[in-house]
Amino acid sequence: MQVRAEGLSAMRGGRTVFADVRFAVDAGEALAVTGPNGSGKSTLLRVIAGLLGPVAGAIVIDPAAEDSALHYLGHLDGLKTALTVRQNLVFWQALWNGRRDDEQIGPALARLGIEPLADLTLGVLSAGQRRRVALTRMLLAKRLLWLLDEPATALDAAGEDAVAAMVEAHLREGGIAVVATHRPLPYAVRLLALGARP
Amino acid sequence: MIVALAAIAGQTARLTLKGGGALVGLVFFLAVVVVVPFGVGPDLKLLSRIGPAVLWIAALLATLLNLDRLFRDDRDDGSLDLLALSDVPLGLTVLAKCVGAWLATGLPLVVVSPLLGLLLGIEPAGLGVSALTLLVGTPALTFIGATGAALMAALARGGLLIAVAVLPFTIPVLIFGVSASYAVLVGPAPFLPPFLILVALTLIAAVIAPVAGAMALRIAVE
Repeated sequence: MQVRAEGLSAMRGGRTVFADVRFAVDAGEALAVTGPNGSGKSTLLRVIAGLLGPVAGAIVIDPAAEDSALHYLGHLDGLKTALTVRQNLVFWQALWNGRRDDEQIGPALARLGIEPLADLTLGVLSAGQRRRVALTRMLLAKRLLWLLDEPATALDAAGEDAVAAMVEAHLREGGIAVVATHRPLPYAVRLLALGARP
Repeated sequence: MIVALAAIAGQTARLTLKGGGALVGLVFFLAVVVVVPFGVGPDLKLLSRIGPAVLWIAALLATLLNLDRLFRDDRDDGSLDLLALSDVPLGLTVLAKCVGAWLATGLPLVVVSPLLGLLLGIEPAGLGVSALTLLVGTPALTFIGATGAALMAALARGGLLIAVAVLPFTIPVLIFGVSASYAVLVGPAPFLPPFLILVALTLIAAVIAPVAGAMALRIAVE
């Protein structure tokens, strides 16, 4: 599997955020997208996900996969604060896998070190704990392409290690990760630096 | 797919109930119906004559009141991105969310409407038929309101704007819902034609809302 960007340009609010971006990532590789604030890291991830249409160029996923071959973790967690951690996770299980599987949830939570929080309401958790729940959700369905927008936001050192371990395991299984980040990544194979635009 | 849609409908219903939205709608419905007799004065004949119309207007406003946050919450917490990326077509997601919203807000209105109809002095036959027309007609209100809510999801503050924007589209539902009730209460027009048109309106709204809602949400996601 390979993900390629061919001369990609995108606009937000009538302003070009990046132009003519090219990269290629193969199975088992991670791409670290770096650049100052406003350089279009998040926009690039949204374009790859297909949430935002590019102005020019194209994203090629080779071989063409089904629609939902990716996990997208934006800067928002996409969780409901009124529900418990387990209810949140069971919802996405039903949506992605078509069934609920309680056996799967415990080990997935354990990988991010938040197993004891399973039955707490999400509203009482800290930002870092919520981020961990959002990361746990990605383990519930297998997807080859992971798009991570600042995955370690609000996480402590142990949390960052857990994310790194999670992504490395994903890469070992032949997955691809595109990570927008400000920090150096322990596993990054390729680097894409987006420049600031006036 | 069925499991996924049931999960979406269930979560929407659960969040609406937890957020207090269902209760607000009910209280609003109750408030309107209780206040009208005081405004009309001690004319029981007049009151029982306009009773079905009052029930319908109150139900219409209570339904629209609740739909404001149907998609905006999903957009604000980032769930909408994930819903848009999932295998479930966005149109079906909209449909499932409408079903969930109706179960939490529309259905309680239908259930309490005979009770409130008593306060308005509606005859027993009228109570049944009013509840029946509400049962058939309120889904149309939810579908129309949800389309508006999807359009407003991209705006920071939709709020009352939804109610104002979709109100004109709900008027046919109101007209045929009320005229079906009157056909039974006063006659001489038959009950079935307006009732069947009401059913048709609900079915049409059920088809249009997913298509239009999905298009609006695609824009909101961008």
